[in-house]
Amino acid sequence: MKKFIATLLVGLVGLTQAPSFAEAQNGPLRIEITDGVIEPLPYAVPDFVAESAGASQLATDIARVVAADLSGTGLFREISKDAFISTVTNFESPIQFSDWKAINAQALISGAVSEDSNGNIAVKFRVYDVFAGQELGGGLRFRGTRDGWRRMAHKVADAVYSRITGETGYFDSRVVYVSETGPKNDRKKRLAIMDYDGANLKFLTNSENIVLAPRFSPTGDRVLYTSYETGFPRVFVLDVGSVSRRVLDSQQGTMSFAPRFSPDGNHVVFSVTDGGNTDIYRMNIGSGQRTRLTSSPSIETAPSFSPDGSQIVFESDRSGTQQLYIMSANGGEAKRISFGQGRYGTPVWSPRGDLIAFTKQSKGRFHIGVMRTNGEEERLLTASFLDEGPTWAPNGRVIMFTRETQGANGSAALYSVDVSGRNLKPVRTQGGGSDPSWSPLQK
Amino acid sequence: MIKAFTKSVAVLAVVSLGACTNPNGIGDGGGFGSGNNGGAGQFEPGSASDPTSPAYFQQTIGDRVLFEVDQSTLTDAGRTVLSAQAGWLITNTDYVAIIEGHADEQGTREYNLALGARRANAVREYLVSQGVAGVRLKNVSYGKERPIEICSAEACYAQNRRAVTIISGGLTS
Repeated sequence: MKKFIATLLVGLVGLTQAPSFAEAQNGPLRIEITDGVIEPLPYAVPDFVAESAGASQLATDIARVVAADLSGTGLFREISKDAFISTVTNFESPIQFSDWKAINAQALISGAVSEDSNGNIAVKFRVYDVFAGQELGGGLRFRGTRDGWRRMAHKVADAVYSRITGETGYFDSRVVYVSETGPKNDRKKRLAIMDYDGANLKFLTNSENIVLAPRFSPTGDRVLYTSYETGFPRVFVLDVGSVSRRVLDSQQGTMSFAPRFSPDGNHVVFSVTDGGNTDIYRMNIGSGQRTRLTSSPSIETAPSFSPDGSQIVFESDRSGTQQLYIMSANGGEAKRISFGQGRYGTPVWSPRGDLIAFTKQSKGRFHIGVMRTNGEEERLLTASFLDEGPTWAPNGRVIMFTRETQGANGSAALYSVDVSGRNLKPVRTQGGGSDPSWSPLQK
Repeated sequence: MIKAFTKSVAVLAVVSLGACTNPNGIGDGGGFGSGNNGGAGQFEPGSASDPTSPAYFQQTIGDRVLFEVDQSTLTDAGRTVLSAQAGWLITNTDYVAIIEGHADEQGTREYNLALGARRANAVREYLVSQGVAGVRLKNVSYGKERPIEICSAEACYAQNRRAVTIISGGLTS
């Protein structure tokens, strides 16, 4: 048991105590990309047991989604069914730990699925620490409609992830992004929403007008975005359930963009451009009352609240180039936090409060990086022709972003990377995608 | 709406190419018959050779100015084009204009929106300084959303870092 937990903790401790931190202060910034320091934890997920007629396909499918979630983190490695000595055919039967030890499965996940006459399903599961020969946490059961089976699978995986790592999971979550089609000089953009793994895609707007940078509300029920629907860029708010939308800021002669919710969901911060000057405003979304937070002649944009709502990180070129600053949520004096070489933009405060993710441009390359909220311990997680626009997984351990390839046939795609810099990979979308925003965990 | 408009201008321009004989002919009634059918003998009204047409503005005056990397300061060449634009707008008072600011792809999306707005505003301020009424001008920024050249090299970027004055209203044939 102890050894089993310790293995995974090594990985997570590595996230916060990367050895390069001390060097990063003086030497050249280090890029850590999938350096494979972690040995993923081997686990087995036999097909879940079908406890009612007709549930066997579902039982298999759910086990596959659980496995895809866990293996997708890079922290776990699934042991192929071909290696199994025995399997689980009855959810209540005692586990033959020796059979799982023999194939070096450190964790075993068993589950069962049943469907009632109303078409509702119940999914239950148990997690075992094979080498300790005991269950890890108690059994759990989720109920729901058959349509929601993928969500139940994600909930199982979240519970497993949480029990083994001690961290909250992020699998039962969604992503809203801009779906892109067509060539670079005639790109069609529309808002799309999907499960974090690309399933259950749904479009929220048509592609008649340019739409940019959607952002989830703190409960995932609404989305802020920028649209050219009026001929000028303006911030809109869209209700995810009804897909109804309204313009949030429509002051004549100005443009508004780069919106983000406050953690309580009652306020929105965004940029307003009046003439050539762009500043940050805060609006009470209920009353429409607007407060100006910055008033310098430079470009102030990309505001993002701290999780407690007391501060705002944003980018400004008041020093001559794009840099990151933190100010009070009420505006006032701002403190610069980025001092490395190059330009820094699109800061996003981690849901854990500890880090700020950003886009960095340096020497003709783009990077996604993270730094402490005081600007220290900067680490670059990616490097490419064009990476931008990070968004945090609900547990603050993974970052999703846009990667655009160069040239006449260049296109945009969503990628994700661990905050450690490991496990860089594309996110499955239908066609091109940009500007992802990761939802909170669903209730 | 803007798209449909520019398309029709392009069609007119093609149709009229053969008819162009005297681009300075407007108002010069002498030697062209009765004079009250004035321009008809020299160019299609509204065509690119009609100096009062948006097509003429676009093709002969020049509808755009280019910018250096991450800059919104007008170049000398840009000011020359804009002076001519201002002259045209002051003469052709039936028209209004939307000034589009654009950026190349080397930059983050939101910053580039703000940068495009700076460029559009630099053009607007110059036109106003030359005597164009501010109420006739509107600004919009497209950031890096509407490149006209698609390679990822300076040759293309230079064309994409632009502010384009789009004429609308007035005669719409």
